[in-house]
Amino acid sequence: MRKLAARLYAWLDLRLNLDDLIAPLRHKTVPVHYFSFWYYLGGMTLFLFLVQIGTGILLLLYYRPSPGEAFESVQFIMTKVRFGWLIRGLHAWAANLLIFTAVLHMFSTFFLKAYRAPRELTWMSGCVSLFLFLCFGFSGYLLPWNELAFFATKVGTEMAAAVPLIGHWLLVFLRGGEEVTGATLTRFFGFHVAVLPGITLLFLAIHLGLIQRQGISVPPGMDRAMHGLAYLRKHDPEAARTWMEAAGSPEMREMRFFPNFFLRELMAWYVALGVLATLAAFDPWELGVKADAFAPTPAGIHPEWYFLAVFQSLKLLPAKLLWIEGEQFGLLVFSAAALAWLLVPFIDRNPEGRSGRILKVVGVAVVLYLTGMTVWGWLG
Amino acid sequence: MRTLRFSLLAVLALAATLAALSQSPPETKPADACLACHSILEDEPSKQFVDDIHGTRGLTCAACHGGDPTVDDMAAGMNPAKGYIGIPKRAQIPQLCARCHSDAAFMRTYNPSLRTDQLQQYRTSAHGRRLAQGDTGVAVCTDCHSVHGIRPASNPLSSVHPLRLPETCATCHANPEHMKPYKIPTDQFADYRASVHFQTLEGGDLSAPTCATCHGNHGAAPPGVASVERVCGTCHVFQEQLFDRSPHKEPWAGLGFASCSTCHSNHRIERTRDVLVGTSPDAVCVRCHVEGDAGWTTAGNINSQLSRLDTSLQDATGVLDRAERAGMDVSEGRITLGNAHEKLIKARVDVHAFNAPEVQATVEGGLGLAGQAHQAGLDALAELAFRRKGLALSLIIIAWVVLSLWLLIRHLERPRQISRQ
Repeated sequence: MRKLAARLYAWLDLRLNLDDLIAPLRHKTVPVHYFSFWYYLGGMTLFLFLVQIGTGILLLLYYRPSPGEAFESVQFIMTKVRFGWLIRGLHAWAANLLIFTAVLHMFSTFFLKAYRAPRELTWMSGCVSLFLFLCFGFSGYLLPWNELAFFATKVGTEMAAAVPLIGHWLLVFLRGGEEVTGATLTRFFGFHVAVLPGITLLFLAIHLGLIQRQGISVPPGMDRAMHGLAYLRKHDPEAARTWMEAAGSPEMREMRFFPNFFLRELMAWYVALGVLATLAAFDPWELGVKADAFAPTPAGIHPEWYFLAVFQSLKLLPAKLLWIEGEQFGLLVFSAAALAWLLVPFIDRNPEGRSGRILKVVGVAVVLYLTGMTVWGWLG
Repeated sequence: MRTLRFSLLAVLALAATLAALSQSPPETKPADACLACHSILEDEPSKQFVDDIHGTRGLTCAACHGGDPTVDDMAAGMNPAKGYIGIPKRAQIPQLCARCHSDAAFMRTYNPSLRTDQLQQYRTSAHGRRLAQGDTGVAVCTDCHSVHGIRPASNPLSSVHPLRLPETCATCHANPEHMKPYKIPTDQFADYRASVHFQTLEGGDLSAPTCATCHGNHGAAPPGVASVERVCGTCHVFQEQLFDRSPHKEPWAGLGFASCSTCHSNHRIERTRDVLVGTSPDAVCVRCHVEGDAGWTTAGNINSQLSRLDTSLQDATGVLDRAERAGMDVSEGRITLGNAHEKLIKARVDVHAFNAPEVQATVEGGLGLAGQAHQAGLDALAELAFRRKGLALSLIIIAWVVLSLWLLIRHLERPRQISRQ
């Protein structure tokens, strides 16, 4: 068997030059230190994204994107298609877990200062990918065409109208008209299955490519120590050995990406798969009732949890703030904050100095604010 | 020269305009001098008339009371020579209102959909007939519609709005003192408030019957024994048709029993329950039928049919509820259950033919549907059990893979752990 595999590899290697492709993987290492477990979140997010692609393609086989058929087709998937309930359950739950792990991954890289030079583009491509995941969530939410999704989309797209100057144009662009109709559904379907996957794959490729090129970042203190050790090894190996013996520091260790880190990652993926399957079996994603454009807006309508912080903040704002509408003011502030977040590598000129300390405090405040507002929105 | 001429013309035009403006304005006559004075007095009629349908449509006090509303002088305005009649006598009121309300051409200018036969109907009513005999204690237009604060019946503040009409009728009909000369009972309102009709009305269904629905409004009269069935049949169409061909129809007519109200009573009409038909002490059938007669057997048979279907529906509902609580989609089962429930409703209507085989045929159809709904619930629960078993198996496999990976990592790392040392 091994012989056959070796022959097959040799055959492929001759044609594809596999050795060259695999070489970086063979040499790729992952730092081992006290915060190493945060490294698994990126891979976990990637795994959940792959689950989304797989389950999404399966759902596409039965889903019909029209107001007359969308709800019924999802109902059909849930009740008639063999394991359709599982596929939809996995897709819906994985979408939420994906955003959750992506947010955790982002904050972990923020607090570990992984955005610092030369990884500015890695940070930015990751931020854009998270934004795209949120767009996936917003567009996919409408697709079952149920009451909750219909009105949540109505409220969500109305918020877009508050954007200064281009608000109305943006609303019409998103809805495919003045109101949420079948045109909106078709449009959101197009975004969800064609436009967004294309753009997201591009940004993920950039993100992963950059990680591959630059290696995995380590926190600033450890980074400096490792550089120092490397210098010492080169110029005074004896001193380096003495230093290592004295320090005995576990932070200096590394593990090979393949197979050591990959196998650990695989373990985490399997655990995630178990969690997903349990959620899909014990708490199937509700379908609700079919959307009716003429029905009154149901009480207590609120968006998905990942938009709750923004939703709750906008709710708290007064109708008029300064010289503009409260909602417009809120959106401006959030947009500015998102832009600043994207440009964090350029704002934090000295990650180990004053700006780094200030940004750490800002990061803690942002986490507390978003968590607090989300919980408040959920309970309210 | 041209400029000078233009300037002169402008000065002349300005002077003429100023002269016209300096003249005192012509004396304007008040639109309704009666209301103007009474408003100052802040009396009830003037306060109420502001929201009165007649007041809001531009009619003045003089439309009913006569006189001249255009003069400020009280004596001139309330001059009998100008048609002033003061407070109309009760006996005059229907005729007074009818001057406009029976004039189709006039009423068309305000509300083309409003009927103009109220006076004719009123004359046929118990109220109208007694008034014609000189009894001024009976209701006239203003007793029901109020006097100066009349609003359209569709206005919830109107005394004849469906939600307020029973209370309006009860003003007199629940007053023992007022009803004493007529020897009419005064418990109708209390009975009506205990009825299913009132509960429905109170629940917000304005189409639920009020006093006027059965007795008529302007032509109000108690329905005779023969017409009770027709009155109820206005809404309960199928029950009326079934009763018409029931074995009770002829004998009851001969005995002078008023069809529907014999079993359901008149004002205190309770929500029907299956137990009302049958042989239990709560059943209305046992008031006439005795054990051993054909009616007794039929009543018992009908009750057991209804109970069968009801029990079956409850079972199916329980299973579907259980599956739904567990997160299963049972919408199709619910639809079937709804159809089965409709069969039960139809069987309950079929009761009015007092024909056991007819009820049974409907019940059998319902039982079939209830069985399908029950099966749908059981299928959903079986699917749920399958999912949980599948999940348990999957989790075991996943745990085994994770454990294997962990062992593999340990095996790999024991000799190969990389260090920069």
